[in-house]
Amino acid sequence: MRFRAKIVDLACLNHFSRVINTITKLAKTCTLRLTVSKLYFILSDKVANGGVSMWCELCQGNFFDEFQMEGVAAECNEIYLELVPENLSRALKTAQSAKAVKIKLTNKYCPCLRVAVELPSLSSSSRIVTHDIPVGVIPRRLWNDFREPNVPDFDVSIYLPALKTMKSVVERMKNLSNSIVIEANLSGEMNLKIETDLVSVTTHFKDLGYPPWASGDGCENSAQDRDLESMTEACIDIKKLQQLLAGQQVNPTKALCNIASKRIVHFILLHEDVSLQYFIPALA
Amino acid sequence: MPLSAEPASSSGEPYMLSASLDNARHLSSLLRAVHFQDQATCFATANGLRVTVEDAKCIQANAFIQAEIFQEFAVQEESVTFRINLSVLLDCLTIFGTSSLPGTPTALRMCYRGYGYPLMLFLEEGGVVTVCKINTQEPVELLDFDFCSTKVVNKIILQSEGLREAFAELDMTSEVLQITMSPDKPYFRLSTFGNAGSAHVDYPRDSDLMEAFYCNQTQTNRYKISLLKPSTKALALSCKVSIRTDAQGFLSLQYMIRNEDGQICFVEYYCCPDEDITEAEL
Repeated sequence: MRFRAKIVDLACLNHFSRVINTITKLAKTCTLRLTVSKLYFILSDKVANGGVSMWCELCQGNFFDEFQMEGVAAECNEIYLELVPENLSRALKTAQSAKAVKIKLTNKYCPCLRVAVELPSLSSSSRIVTHDIPVGVIPRRLWNDFREPNVPDFDVSIYLPALKTMKSVVERMKNLSNSIVIEANLSGEMNLKIETDLVSVTTHFKDLGYPPWASGDGCENSAQDRDLESMTEACIDIKKLQQLLAGQQVNPTKALCNIASKRIVHFILLHEDVSLQYFIPALA
Repeated sequence: MPLSAEPASSSGEPYMLSASLDNARHLSSLLRAVHFQDQATCFATANGLRVTVEDAKCIQANAFIQAEIFQEFAVQEESVTFRINLSVLLDCLTIFGTSSLPGTPTALRMCYRGYGYPLMLFLEEGGVVTVCKINTQEPVELLDFDFCSTKVVNKIILQSEGLREAFAELDMTSEVLQITMSPDKPYFRLSTFGNAGSAHVDYPRDSDLMEAFYCNQTQTNRYKISLLKPSTKALALSCKVSIRTDAQGFLSLQYMIRNEDGQICFVEYYCCPDEDITEAEL
């Protein structure tokens, strides 16, 4: 098992740091899966996470100038590591104006990701700050726990409104209620609702688009048969939604959600080089 | 739901209170200046809206938003009164965030059908509409400080910028804020007695910040600092403040606040003295 990677381009480095910061806001611990071409940050839906799951995918070529990976075995050329993303995020904080960052998997006393940040210095020799981030190596027999979650059979799929507005509204609603109802229909309308003994608040978004999906995927009925106005809803933990929205440091190129009535809400946020999927199950 | 909803409720009767405001911040910023307790009493007449918050039976804050600030303000009876949770009201008024870009204010429409009904808020920003229904409670009797201009013993009007730093840096380890007003030195003094020692801030009567100085009698009064500290929020928003005391040492702080459109609103704080010391104590 070997892993070595290097980032030299400052823009790529900042981009990578932003991705790690987003992951940090969503998971205390997660799984990092390394393949020859991609990196994945995975959170599987255990009870400890409150049932949420996350799947974040990056093409290594868009970030790393050098990338060498040798998996556990020739026929399973992948590495699965358990990691606390905040440790990685803190290490990368020191790299804001770095000349280069090297990441290497080591096993001196215990498995670690060694992040070596080369900083500019006035003298001829560079300064290097090294962070050793402990990781857990996940054995092959557990790899099945970390498969890409299937897109649920959703009843409605809709583009999200401006994340900035959604974030403000959800943050306020979080002060008023523990749960929030997301509902949407096929006419481009989405409502966020909270209701308690004291207050009820509903925010109405209009003119949101309907993302085109490959035929057969998801929707059982064709759009024409369905009542375009009827709302599909799911009631979810408001803190989980707020964490997702608060973690977005950059506006995604595309943001949409799929709602399976009363079961689960599936968020997909696409940036140029990164795709993030976040699944929030409905509250019982 | 169109923001210009009909003034009549669905049953055809007019709302007891209905109001429209182009910029919800004109209301929310004033309410924040009196938000030191969750329960507030709203009192509406044809002249406008007064929101009152009290604590410990010793302090009362009132925010006045006169009818002219609103684009529309209609009250059916002589007056309409209800109690409401101010935290919830503020969260609803600021649902689109507290700092919106200039040029995209949040528009507000407020309707109250009457006793037993919730307060309805319709807020709109950039085409997105939020509808809020906040339960109201039975109004309770409010403190009457019986503070009128004829009973005022000492009065000072100061430019707020002079007091802001002093109030923001009050020694909170002191239990009381002592206010001395006198026709003689030190004229106007704020004192605290904290763990590190006592601190005094003096304002001379001929200071540039002093707009008016009418002190006939030397008075020194102490007020619980924890009760007065929230008034710092009103001070921060205001351009001028008037400080008045009566013979019993009751304190009236009146803040003149200019909103984003240059309109004037008032917030006042009334506070009972902690101990009655009428002699100067240095």
